[in-house]
Amino acid sequence: MKQHLWVPVLLLTAGLAGNALAAKTDLTIGMQLEPPNLDPTGGAAAAIDEVVYANIFEGLTRFGPDGSVRPALAASWSIENDGTRYVFSLQSGVTFHDGAAFSSEDVKFSIDRAMAEDSTNAQKGLFANIDSVEVIDDNTVAINLKQADGSLLFNLAWGDAIVLDSATAANTATQPVGTGPFVFDKWVQGDRIEIVKNDSYWGTPAKLDKATFKFISEPTAAYAAILAGDLDAFPNYPAPENLAQLDADPRYSVVLGSTEGETILSTNNAKAPFDDVRVRKALAHAINRGEIIDGAMFGYGTPIGTHFAPHNPAYVDLVSNSAYDPDMAKALLKEAGHEAGLTVSLKLPPPAYARRGGEIIAAQLRDVGITAEIENLEWAQWLEQVFKGKDFNLTIVSHTEPMDIGIYANPDYYFQYDNAEIQTLMEAFGVETDPDKRTEMLQQAQRMISDDYVNGYLFQLAKTGVANSKIQGLWENSPTQANDLTAVYWED
Amino acid sequence: MRLKSIVPGALLITIVLVAALLSYVWTPFDVATLDIRNKLQTPNQVNWLGTDHLGRDILSMLMVGARTSIAVALVAVGIGMGVGVPLGLIAAAKQSGWADELIMRGNDLVFAFPALLIAIMITAVFGAGAVNAIIAIGIFNIPVFARLTRGAALSLWTREFVLAARVAGKSGFRISVEHLLPNITNLLIVQGTIQFSLGILAEAGLSYVGLGAQPPIPSWGRMLADSQTLITLAPHLALFPGLAIVCTVLGLNLLGDGLRDWLDPRLRRER
Repeated sequence: MKQHLWVPVLLLTAGLAGNALAAKTDLTIGMQLEPPNLDPTGGAAAAIDEVVYANIFEGLTRFGPDGSVRPALAASWSIENDGTRYVFSLQSGVTFHDGAAFSSEDVKFSIDRAMAEDSTNAQKGLFANIDSVEVIDDNTVAINLKQADGSLLFNLAWGDAIVLDSATAANTATQPVGTGPFVFDKWVQGDRIEIVKNDSYWGTPAKLDKATFKFISEPTAAYAAILAGDLDAFPNYPAPENLAQLDADPRYSVVLGSTEGETILSTNNAKAPFDDVRVRKALAHAINRGEIIDGAMFGYGTPIGTHFAPHNPAYVDLVSNSAYDPDMAKALLKEAGHEAGLTVSLKLPPPAYARRGGEIIAAQLRDVGITAEIENLEWAQWLEQVFKGKDFNLTIVSHTEPMDIGIYANPDYYFQYDNAEIQTLMEAFGVETDPDKRTEMLQQAQRMISDDYVNGYLFQLAKTGVANSKIQGLWENSPTQANDLTAVYWED
Repeated sequence: MRLKSIVPGALLITIVLVAALLSYVWTPFDVATLDIRNKLQTPNQVNWLGTDHLGRDILSMLMVGARTSIAVALVAVGIGMGVGVPLGLIAAAKQSGWADELIMRGNDLVFAFPALLIAIMITAVFGAGAVNAIIAIGIFNIPVFARLTRGAALSLWTREFVLAARVAGKSGFRISVEHLLPNITNLLIVQGTIQFSLGILAEAGLSYVGLGAQPPIPSWGRMLADSQTLITLAPHLALFPGLAIVCTVLGLNLLGDGLRDWLDPRLRRER
């Protein structure tokens, strides 16, 4: 009888081993923030794009993992009329997830919708220069511009410019229907979003059958979930202090990359005392970036001296322009008439870079005679008081949008920098098509804001990705807010 | 041997009080100075309890943090007693009148909300900070003292010595102050000790969620919150503030129990 007992046990063992050897086709990804909705054309939250970009939705063009602009729903394009007319020929055989056919009408509908007066698109500026969208035939569409514009293809690659079907567009917030390699499956509010492979995808199909985005806001819980195997990857891992431990563990790989996140000590330029450039200069020289990166980020981060990503070819290293020099800071404060000291507010949103960075900066400012009164805020309060209400002296925040130096040309933006010179420059930049001249203009803008000490420029946020070491194909860098899973697979 | 708990209780509280008072004149290191190169040190000869993630000395932070905790809890209990006791005496003096009804229903209203929830509500409306934390904790102390005082005073109003005072023509106010208050002082002291320990816990809870004293003022609750993601890397960061809270609350509870046994006349007679 003994033999008989062994047979099923052996079979079972063999079966389990077989399963373990076959590569997994599902993936669970951790994210810190849950998206408020799933409509990238109707919300500014980075978490929306981190779920849907390139997975569910596509636009005419898209960003590649290196930040380059690549064709997506547009197979090719030609530029006519001195750069004021772009003619796109579209991919053929594309259908939406509900089976509806994709055509140039959908492109026209989507761009018109984003440009419309009542549009809730968070990046309406991307479409400001578009004059009209013209349907030539089912597979060809033309975009006519008001002025020649070198950044149209870049602008169309944003998540805010994805193509929707007119029949389903209104329900995108909860029932997203796109053309991408994954289909939205379900959303358990407060917990997770599941997407499954699109079997009738027009392009290279995804390698995964299923992916789950799980929302874990607490860094400690994220760490535990990784160790327990509940999460396969956490592309923007929130606790830099644990990275060394995870890296030492052969089960996980830690990948350090770049992001578009310029972390700055944002300064209210319209309100005393920081409406005085001498006080802003003093502030810039009072900050020791090395200590902040080391203390708040455990060494992960690259110092910056202006509002521009260091990995961008147009970046100018201006760190020395605001080198740590407390004596100079004191002298400048004295010159500005603040010899007796200065008390300012420092309002901090929840991320560790802000809370820890804020304590370090407050200590550094105290050394030069500035008392920074810290107030810790939740995101909703921060948006209300600081971003909308502009009721602050200083705050710390990471600006994660790519190429966002244009915010310095908007005097209504929350740090309220009003300088006609940069406004003219950015306007000229918008219509310049020559790449060399564009680079030159960007560099000029970087120098301008650095010389004017608009904000305290701290460091470029590093992308600290943690993943099971058998997962391949995740993005190393974050050229845009996305978790593109189209090329992700498990190694055998 | 009922007094047994007074001694360890008083001892623990004395240690905390001495540390807090000492911090006004001396701490091993300045708590406002960061030394990031020296961060996350385990306990050693220089930093007796190690350093935190920004290189601050943990012992110094605990000493100054004790000050914050005690100050917040003490003032909050003061508010609770200062407002609650007179309200309770008035309610007892005007028993079953409209003043009694108003005070007691008002108490029920405040009591209906969990204490910490009220505190979070107040700090959310008026902003985070030590002063608002004091007010918040103080407010939920008021009904505790008001009820205790009313209950005790009501039973005293029927006693002979109060009747004698009434016959002698004393007003309700004078009876309350001259005859009732001295007789319920013991009760108030015991309740005060218990509320004090709850105040310490509430302050730690509020700072833990970021609504208490704001940095750079050290606070035990925020030290715990800050240590959370570092717990596998540097467990001593959570251990010491945790122990400080446990010792203080334990000490106050032991002291409260001991005082009750010592001050309660009935128990004293049994001895």
